[in-house]
This record gives sequence, C-alpha cells and structure tokens, in this order.
Amino acid sequence: MAASAFDPAFPRGLSGVRAGDRSHLGRQAVMILALLLVLAMLVSLSTGASGTDLSALFHVLGGEPDPQDATALRDHVVMMNIRLPRMILGMLVGAGLAVSGLVMQGLFRNPLADPGLVGVSSGAGLGAVGVIVLGTTALAPLTGPLGIYSLQIAAFLGGLATTTILYRVATRSGQTAVATMLLAGIAIGALAGAATGVLVYVATDSQLRDLTFWNLGSLAGANWTKVMASGPIIALALGATLFLRNGLNALTLGEATAAHMGVPVERLKRVAIIAVAAATGAAVAVSGGIGFVGIVVPHLLRLVIGPDHRYLLPASALLGASFLLLADAVSRTIVAPAELPIGIVTAAVGGPFFLWILLRRRSAIAW
Amino acid sequence: MIATQGLSVRIDGRTIISDIAFEAQPGQLTAIVGPNGSGKTTLLKAIIGDHAYDGEIRLNGLDARSLGPAAAAGLRTVLPQASVLAFPFTVREVVALGTTAGRPGILGQALGGLPEAALARVDLDGFGPRCYQDLSGGEQQRVQLARVLCQVWVPVLDTQPRYLLLDEPVSSLDIRHQLQVMAIARAFADAGGGVVAVLHDLNLAAMFADRIAIIAGGRLLTMGSPKEALTDDRLEAAFGCPLRVGSVPTAPVPFVLPQSLADWTSIVPAH
Repeated sequence: MAASAFDPAFPRGLSGVRAGDRSHLGRQAVMILALLLVLAMLVSLSTGASGTDLSALFHVLGGEPDPQDATALRDHVVMMNIRLPRMILGMLVGAGLAVSGLVMQGLFRNPLADPGLVGVSSGAGLGAVGVIVLGTTALAPLTGPLGIYSLQIAAFLGGLATTTILYRVATRSGQTAVATMLLAGIAIGALAGAATGVLVYVATDSQLRDLTFWNLGSLAGANWTKVMASGPIIALALGATLFLRNGLNALTLGEATAAHMGVPVERLKRVAIIAVAAATGAAVAVSGGIGFVGIVVPHLLRLVIGPDHRYLLPASALLGASFLLLADAVSRTIVAPAELPIGIVTAAVGGPFFLWILLRRRSAIAW
Repeated sequence: MIATQGLSVRIDGRTIISDIAFEAQPGQLTAIVGPNGSGKTTLLKAIIGDHAYDGEIRLNGLDARSLGPAAAAGLRTVLPQASVLAFPFTVREVVALGTTAGRPGILGQALGGLPEAALARVDLDGFGPRCYQDLSGGEQQRVQLARVLCQVWVPVLDTQPRYLLLDEPVSSLDIRHQLQVMAIARAFADAGGGVVAVLHDLNLAAMFADRIAIIAGGRLLTMGSPKEALTDDRLEAAFGCPLRVGSVPTAPVPFVLPQSLADWTSIVPAH
C-alpha cells in the first residue's frame, strides 16, 4: 500500500495519555457498584419486622435448622420464604426499571425519557389490572393456559403497545421532539388510566383491595412464585440490552449517522422497544407503580462516568438494584411494624431529583 | 470504484435526481458541485443508502442494495452536514465511536491511540477531554471528520479501496481549516482511497479534485477534470449566472472569481 500519511505510525498524541477517555471511570464505577449491591443485599436480608438479623443468615446458610429450636426455625422461614425472594425480586425490579429508563433515553436520544413518566408503566399497569379484574371471567380462556405468567404477559403487551405508540408519535425521521414525547406520554398515560379506571369500577371488593396496594408499588407480596414468573423475563431483557451497548452509543449521533456506522438501526430499535416493554411489564406486574428509578439512576451515573452505554448498562443495573433494595429497607423500617409502599419512598426521592434535573438543564433542553 | 447507472430518486412523489451515471475512482477526489436544490446531497445520500432509489449503485463492484449496514460501514464512511449530540460525550469519546464502527484496519495497541492520532490529524490535538457540545460549529465539524476517519483509517484494506463521503465538509470552517480538511481528503485519495465531496466552493473543487461532477436540475450536466468541467458555458447553464472561468498562470488550475461577473445586478430578478 502506498499510504504515507495514513500509515498507522502516529506522529503525535501517542504518549499513552488518552485525555477525555472515561472508560476507566466506567470500569471503576461498575466494580464499586457491585460492592454496593452486596452491601445492599445484606441490608435487605437483615431488615424486617421480625427480630431476624444478619447472624441468622449464617445459621440459615449452615443448613436445615434443628426442628427443636423455635427461633432457628422461625429465622429459617423468614429468610428463605420471605426475605430471600423479596431481595431477589427487589434486585430484578430495580435493575429492570433502571435499565429500561436508560434504554428508553438512548432510544429517544433524550435524558428525560422514563417508562414511568411517559406512560409505559401505565400501559403495563392496564394490562396487569385487566388480568387481576377480568382474569377469572372475560379473560379466563387466555389466563388459564398462561398460568402464573398471565399477569406478566399482559403487562408486557400493555407496555409494548404504549412504547410503540409513543415512538411512532414522538419520533419523526430519527428526531424525537421532547415536548411531543412528554405530552404524548401524558395522553397515553391518561388513556391507560381511564381504561384502568373502568376496570377498577367493575372490580369486586377483594379485587379492589389487591389493586390499591398493587398500584402504590410494593415488594411486600414477594414470594418464590413471583420470582419465578417475573425473574426470567427481566433477566432475559437485561441480557438482551447488553447487545445494544455499541448501537445505543452510535445512536447518540442520530439514526442516520448510526446507520452509516454500520448499526442495523431498525433492528436495534425493535430489540430496545421489546426489551423495555418486557422489563417494565414484568417489573410492574410484580411490584406495581414504582416510579423514578429509571430516571434517577441513569442520570446520576451519566454525571459521574459519562454517557458511554458500555458502562452505563451494567452500572445502571447494579445501582438500580441497590437503590431499590435500600428504598425497600427504608419502606420496611420507617413506619415499623407497618410498611410504607416502596413507590412512596422512590417518589419522595425521585420527585425532587427530577425537578433538580429540570433546573440544571433548563437551558439545554430543546422544547 | 463507486459507480451508479440510471440512478433516480423520488421523494414524496417528486423526482429529485434522475438517470445519473456517476462514478468515483479510488485514488481520486471527486467533487459534486451544483446550485442549491439541484440534487447534490440527494445523490450522495442515495450512494450512502439513505434514500430508496431506482437504477443501480455499485461499491467496488458490489450491489449497494445487497450490502448490510456493517459491510457498508467497512467500505465507506460518511461525514454529515451537521451532528447534534444527544448526550454530553467528550471529544475523545465521540472520535472513539468511529473506532467501534466499520473497520479501522488497525489492530491491538495502536487502535487505542487511534482517536488521538485522528484528532491530531484534524488539528485538534489536546481537545480530547473537552465536552463536544461546548465546541464551536467548525470544531464540531472537525471532530466529526476525525470520527469518520477512524472508521476507515487505512484507505485500502484487504486490497479493497475505501471511500470518504463528505457532505459539504468545509461549510462552517475558516479558510485555514477549509484548506486543511481538503488536504486531508486529498491525502486519503493519494493513499489509494476514494473521496466524494459535495462542495459549494468551486475554487476548492478545482484546486483539490481530480474530477468534478456538475449536477443541475437533478441531472448530471457534466463530469470531468476541473478544466473540462468548469467552463463558462457549463457554469452559466448550471448556475444561471454568466461567470467567467480564469486560470492561474503558474499551475493550470481554473478558478472562478465572483468579480468576473461584470454586472451583478443582472442576476437579481426584476420586480
């Protein structure tokens, strides 16, 4: 090759200094957040209404309890049947919501996109409420064969429908108008809310009770059945998003440019929308309306490690999981022995945070 | 070689370009010039694959329709007119995006230093840690050039020449950087790659291009060396403006001075 000027013999900038490369920050953040998650897991396992504390965990890990020892038996049941599934569910829901927010923000090329804010959670909620209210009557032919997955699948379909409509409405030739996106989200959320209202109207008293608690958002009902129903869906969706990391980075430059860079843009968008709907749907199905995780977590991380999705994706999953476990620990202790729905805790943290983002970015957001 | 046959593009039922037989050889810089709205950018975008088209486009003999996004990204890179970034990447991170796309043709250790080399090449040494969104328009344009250079850093890879497609690459640059960007494109062509640039500046086109294609009214008016393409008659036909082509005494490069228009009131439509 006759290349002279373009030979990879670099004249300058080769001193090993790569100023402006923040990937080391990303790697460090992932490691630190992994440690934080371990701590949050321990906090989650040792917090609760019963006196079971961390020392009980080691006894439980030691094997089957002595049937004569009442405390050991109680600890074993509390750990294995209440706290462990609750912890796993909390981690999955937190990671699912945070990553859903991140992927939506990447897809819409906008830091304000969030499944809760733009109506995706409402759509998923409509699907879930439909199954709760009509599952034994009108939808019985569907919920019968789907078994424990019917709630998750209905929530997924609700989330998928809203995400797709939102994307179609708010995005023109690769550009998303923020105002259109947020307003369309409000409209879609209101529509889903109206339909949910009709279902609530026809619900029986016992269904109403279920709905109210579900709607506030809580991990209180966590059990192994719920872990088995939602866990694999969220885990699969999280795994799928890892394949989007380079594509989402390229998409930052716009859809046309991403395509020029070799990204199969249409496929990327399809996978992203399905993953967001699946993760949000499965999370909403088991935990109800837990808001703001998807906007607080990615935004905070972007401030620290920059917008590179190769690190944002794992970091968001880890921080989302930790955030939800800690919020859940707060919800379990703040009004003990009663329990505050976790959605109230995340909203109390996330609401002011969201306002702070708006104030900081007021000039940067193009309306 | 990039070659089109009978290339036509219709957008919303309106024919933008029709029956264009364009070609760009490796080792050459091919400029596309023409008046506003003549279809220059549409031609470039059809070659890139942004528009559906009738006719045929071949890249190194391969049908452009059969190339997947990844294969195409290994053969050609595209500098867009303007790039708005959704998130606050640093300059270094933007350029590094180019190394994960396409095939830079550089492996191992050197690949990690490629963004620095590309930044140095576009005269932005030391800009790595700056926030892209804080730069001026001209600086952003050069950062994007560094990014697209990374995508096909080695102009000929596995005996396949690769192509830089530039859409008005100098539109927001000062004179020094206009010349510099054109010189970078020229060097890419001299190293065996191909360059296609949509240009407004006829003098830059004459100075740096091997061949000039003039597009007017959606058709290819002419295609040839600067001397062949830039003639008084053709410029008047294309731009509707009776310009006179001059020539530098020492080098036989034609130039066009706006001053050659003796009576500029003649091109303002009468009320």
